Amino acid sequence: MSKYYLSYLDELESEAIYILREVWAQFQNPVILFSGGKDSILVTHLARKAFFPSKIPFPLLHVDTGHNFPETIQFRDDMIKELAVQLIVGSVQESIDTGRVAEEKGKSATRNALQITTLLDAIEKNKIDCAIGGGRRDEEKARAKERFFSHRDDFGQWDPKNQRPELWNLLNGKHFEGEHFRAFPISNWTEMDVWNYIKREDIKIPSLYLAHQREVVWRNDSWIPVSEYLKLDDNEKVESKKIRFRTLGDITITGGIESEADTLEKIVAEVAAMKQTERGNRSDDKRSETAMEDRKRQGYF
Amino acid sequence: MEIDKNQLLRFTTAGSVDDGKSTLIGRLLYDSKAIFEDQLEAVENTSKKKGHKGVDLALFTDGLRDEREQGITIDVAYRYFTTPKRKFIIADTPGHIQYTRNMVTGASTANAALILIDARHGVIEQTKRHAFIASLLQIPHIIVCINKMDLVDYSEEVYQNIIHQFEEFSSKLYVKDIQFLPISALDGDNVVNRSTNMDWYQGAPLLHALETMHISSDINKIDARFPVQTVLRPQNEEFRDYRGYAGRVASGIFRKGDEVVILPSGFTSKIRSIDTMDGSMEEVFAPMSVAITLEDDIDISRGDMIVKENNQPKALQEFDAMLCWFNNSPARDRAKYTIVHTSNEQKAMIKEVVYKIDINTYARNEEDKQLKMNDIARISIRTTRPLMVDEYRDNRVTGSFVLIDDASHETVAAGMIV
Repeated sequence: MSKYYLSYLDELESEAIYILREVWAQFQNPVILFSGGKDSILVTHLARKAFFPSKIPFPLLHVDTGHNFPETIQFRDDMIKELAVQLIVGSVQESIDTGRVAEEKGKSATRNALQITTLLDAIEKNKIDCAIGGGRRDEEKARAKERFFSHRDDFGQWDPKNQRPELWNLLNGKHFEGEHFRAFPISNWTEMDVWNYIKREDIKIPSLYLAHQREVVWRNDSWIPVSEYLKLDDNEKVESKKIRFRTLGDITITGGIESEADTLEKIVAEVAAMKQTERGNRSDDKRSETAMEDRKRQGYF
Repeated sequence: MEIDKNQLLRFTTAGSVDDGKSTLIGRLLYDSKAIFEDQLEAVENTSKKKGHKGVDLALFTDGLRDEREQGITIDVAYRYFTTPKRKFIIADTPGHIQYTRNMVTGASTANAALILIDARHGVIEQTKRHAFIASLLQIPHIIVCINKMDLVDYSEEVYQNIIHQFEEFSSKLYVKDIQFLPISALDGDNVVNRSTNMDWYQGAPLLHALETMHISSDINKIDARFPVQTVLRPQNEEFRDYRGYAGRVASGIFRKGDEVVILPSGFTSKIRSIDTMDGSMEEVFAPMSVAITLEDDIDISRGDMIVKENNQPKALQEFDAMLCWFNNSPARDRAKYTIVHTSNEQKAMIKEVVYKIDINTYARNEEDKQLKMNDIARISIRTTRPLMVDEYRDNRVTGSFVLIDDASHETVAAGMIV
């Protein structure tokens, strides 16, 4: 009977499909939080599998900071067209224009934290009761404690000390009006698992993940791409480097690494030999030791 | 690709601040090279700030702000590492009695449990508690790590004595597979690398034991059970009349052409196809997620279960279970709760608390009938409609359930059917 076991990638896939189907069965109005990053692309791919031969039965929600890589937006639009699903866009620019939030000041100002308000507004406006995210427990120490089904109160806040126990595969998505859930189908995947799976399934990803020549400046120990939103210091110098991105966020805060990995095979090999965590190049996590936990409590992804 | 053949092993650890659990996990992660340089740097800095000599490995597993401030684990935290042989998920749980519910949670999906014993203190109350929970949750494999051997001069006699102590009380428990290991997590003896201080120990180090543990037979392959999660009806050109029952195989094996029974209706049919986006399959087994189509047009919905005619679960409306209470508010007398069992949901009432168990001494208490936070008890329960159940001992999926309080929507208890 020894052939009756799954490889770990198959087991992770099956677990994620199970969770996505539970979301669909337990909630009225779920969405996939889509950022254009590899984790949300993976979740979308798994959702295709979960509901095949039906198409994905719920919309994608993109929180648009306005500070995007143009490649990400192009990728998003192509994908939406192919999947024939609805796209909801929550605009941070709109939140700023309507006075819901104020732009941060200073050199390292980003729109990262502003997304929280835009996200929660979009959830409320569209009556979303479950937002499916690509968060993984290996990413960050606060995320290590996330449940598959993670409760948010009517202010959208997470209370990490008062989480519902989650046993076996029994998921409790019950909630009162105004509250919502976050669901994390790829909780148990690591960065390495994600890349191995993307390679195995040959999933399309934005070209930004592959090594390419780019104008960058050296800031906070990584290569920050030059864009119209970047304010250069006098002593900062623009260089052209062959880089790639390990994660994709705002163009203003996502640092690249020097790399020659221009194929999925090479990326898998490179990730396997990595000595730094993938969020090490994200200046949003460097603000304090508990930066992620603090943002998550307020309603971050 | 070689990596594609590797299995996943989930194990749980329970322990308190003092017995070196966090150090052991830190050691496993560090020696198996699952720690990144920036994580190491952060921990080195904190170690220095706190005035520790060298790197405090325990800091790798600290998570939330409160835990970092208090230096304890208060919730289940999940850790990941991979070796060339396996991928591992650690459910790291606190060991104190006030966190019994977290231990139970971490144990519910584990293939293996690591129980830590401080070699200086031998078997203590906490050891019995952890062993009880491992046995209650039917974790198939237990590894007892006798830690801090460096503090007892690597004495074989101390080690053997502790094994005797452990076996004396564990004979009362139902445990399938148990092994013992003398280790020193602080120095790394017998964790990833073999100890050079204990020549008298001939066994393999901990990581090797975890890598080679036989887990393929942990999953029930006899009793075919397929709880239906949702029905797929694409209603597009290509799949006009398609009706797929989506779910994950809970146990056993299903093949195309199998005669099946749908519960609770009792209708029979035959499996027409087993579908995935990557194509149809001839057979599936636990824990695969698929969609099943049948030859006949039967009304099936979420909560129904597809099984085989000659091997069916029991349809019960009243049964006994071991229950762990999770909530600050005690169970209300004869109150109704929502019971979630596989994909099925009904109302249920706790009819009787048969006895409560003291998980430190295993003594039964038939007098105290009130279920409070962290209590473990045998109860009788009644549901509004029959559930299709197996004993938890035979089937961890169809033998388990949780109770939800309709007033708060919180998960208040977890049960194992006996």
